[in-house]
Amino acid sequence: MSELDAFRTEVREWLEANCPPEMREPIRDEDDVCWGGRKFKFKNDAQKQWLDACVSKGYTVPDWPKAYGGAGLTPEQTKILKQEMKRIKARSPLDSFGIWMLGPALLQFGTEEQKVHYLNPIARGEIRWCQGYSEPGSGSDLVSLQTFGEDKGDHWVVNGSKIWTSYADKADWIFCLVRTDKANKYQGITFMLFDMESKGVTTKPILLISGNSPFCETFFDDVEVPKTQFVGEINRGWDVAKYLLGHEREMISGGGAGGDMVSIGGAFAKAFGKNEAGELDDPILRAEMAAFDVDVFAYRAMGERFMDMWKTGRAHPASSNMMKYVGTELNKRRHELVMSGGGSEALEWDSEETKGGARARGWLRTKANSIEGGTSEVMLNVIAKRILDLPGA
Amino acid sequence: MPLYHNDDQAMLKDSVAPFVAEQAPVSHLRKLRDSADATGFSRDLWAQFTEMGLPGMLVPEAHGGLGMGHMEAGIVLEEIGRNLTPSPFLSTGVGAVAALAKAGGTQAGRWLPAIASGEAIVALAIDEGAKHRPDRIATTATRAGNGFRLDGKKSFVLHGHVADMSIVAAKTDGGITLFAVPKDATGVTADPRRLVDSSLASHVTLDGVEVDADAVIGEVDAGGDILDALLAATRTGAAAEMVGVGQGAMDMTVNYLKERKQFGKLIGEFQGLQHRAAHLYGEMEVARATVMKAQLLLDEGNEGAKLMVSVAKAKAGRAANLAVREGVQMHGGIGMTDEYDIGLYMKRDRALAEYMGDVHYHIDQVARMNGY
Repeated sequence: MSELDAFRTEVREWLEANCPPEMREPIRDEDDVCWGGRKFKFKNDAQKQWLDACVSKGYTVPDWPKAYGGAGLTPEQTKILKQEMKRIKARSPLDSFGIWMLGPALLQFGTEEQKVHYLNPIARGEIRWCQGYSEPGSGSDLVSLQTFGEDKGDHWVVNGSKIWTSYADKADWIFCLVRTDKANKYQGITFMLFDMESKGVTTKPILLISGNSPFCETFFDDVEVPKTQFVGEINRGWDVAKYLLGHEREMISGGGAGGDMVSIGGAFAKAFGKNEAGELDDPILRAEMAAFDVDVFAYRAMGERFMDMWKTGRAHPASSNMMKYVGTELNKRRHELVMSGGGSEALEWDSEETKGGARARGWLRTKANSIEGGTSEVMLNVIAKRILDLPGA
Repeated sequence: MPLYHNDDQAMLKDSVAPFVAEQAPVSHLRKLRDSADATGFSRDLWAQFTEMGLPGMLVPEAHGGLGMGHMEAGIVLEEIGRNLTPSPFLSTGVGAVAALAKAGGTQAGRWLPAIASGEAIVALAIDEGAKHRPDRIATTATRAGNGFRLDGKKSFVLHGHVADMSIVAAKTDGGITLFAVPKDATGVTADPRRLVDSSLASHVTLDGVEVDADAVIGEVDAGGDILDALLAATRTGAAAEMVGVGQGAMDMTVNYLKERKQFGKLIGEFQGLQHRAAHLYGEMEVARATVMKAQLLLDEGNEGAKLMVSVAKAKAGRAANLAVREGVQMHGGIGMTDEYDIGLYMKRDRALAEYMGDVHYHIDQVARMNGY
């Protein structure tokens, strides 16, 4: 038996012994997701038990080094762990922007001290982070951001506001792009870290078309940030931000964007009924769903190839933009079909039977997929410029 | 196995790509077309393919081949696609080999070594009407004397008029049976038609064709699985060739966007074209990954291969079709001229898209395989 096979056996046994049955049920709503943090309330004992078990093994961040709370797994081992978790339908023990975004930025740009100090609480689910990027006047043109940190010797005084800060009202700390040099557009931004309980930080949830408020406006009014709390170099935060955006797109590409990647037609045939030939009883919808299924299965193969190549340094550095574009457009299409398939039932907004209008709200939520983290149009610009090398792009 | 070419496969690509580009670029196709070539491909080129061992890539080593997989065959097919090279590689080296290797027995022993040595061209006589409907084969094989008597009409038989042997799918009492029908069998008429892409495909009439019992490929009535193997291999191969066609068309088009000036600018500076080119890039990348996944699953003997093969044929069909349509449109007027190559890509894509089931056929298959 090869080392990897032995590892697979070990993982399988460990999961069997440590993943509670409740944590192998599909995620039904937001409460089922474990975000961690100071304010987080576990939904049940199983959720906490599963997090604790994974923390003790370093499995919340399996490919991070052990010194930072990870398990130090190789890419091959990480892939096996993910496969084995998927096999038993295990939920993710911990989801957070700390794991997905700040962590990779610190691993790339942080000092050893910062890595130890910030990464371990992320891995243990103790500190929940949010991201302060967009501003009311700076969306796709992010680099025009105006939130300003005035240099006061040993600290900055930050003033301004951020928008679309996901779960800012639930987060403990923020990683934030702040202008520290007004004369220099690209080399005048610093990637700061500070506590959301700092004096002068306020948040206001934004009500979206889905009726939910996953995003906030965040205001900074003379917020003092010690001049030790930044990543990379002062005024070179744009490098970190660009790296993170690439990483964010990679993460979206890694599976989330295509939805759960199962056959949509197969699921609807049960609800919709079949004709005598065993076909979904609406030939045009059937055709659209089948065409969509082809694209979903194709994108799944693309996701596999992308990750195989990305992890081994074979992927074009800008290819995550393509993955983000294709995946998010696909997910929007999925939810259009979910609504068509659901008919008038799917229109219900708050009934118990529809779990509070889950389909309608989910459908509306997906419209943000191709806006957040870089719009589809920006993705296409990047592909045109960096991959196809088209002129003037 | 990761979804990218390993070192050996990369080496194969490094030797095949320049070989095909030098020996059989698009001008090679034009030359055959303009000389009204009656064979449908160059025998000299096929001899060169043979020197490189390509016809026997998929042939098991025991039968004189290289025993490689669909991933490797796909590398060759992509280059054939990129250069629009007329070649019997897909039907002979991929489809026929898959069927014969799956069946084993007398016909495998007879034909696999001959394919590997470049001596035999084999045609696939599956379709019977204008559309690919392998589940409704009407050609019959009835027992007669020591063997069978075949009656029926086949269509879209590439290389049917020059093939040394045709694999004929026919209905027998208890199912489907595949037959190896040699070129000189009495009662076989191949009527070659020039297709839009300048290839030659025959309408084959089987009029009381008598074959010996040992002409059966595999077992009587048990041809379904062998036919499935033939179809899976040929569809995946056609998809790989389409990835080559689409990539060739896309590369040519993106280059054109960097050369052509209008309104005092390179047209590639216009965002309207940039976004369409970038979208096409995404579709082509997804198609490539999908075809690779199908090849990998086939090589592993994975039971999920059948679904992925249909996904690959459909996805590659969609992506390559987009590539050639955008290619002609973005070339503008020059794209409509015979002199320019982009139109030839459009023609080849159309033929490959139809071969062994078009996009719609395979989308329908995906629905069926998922229970709706």
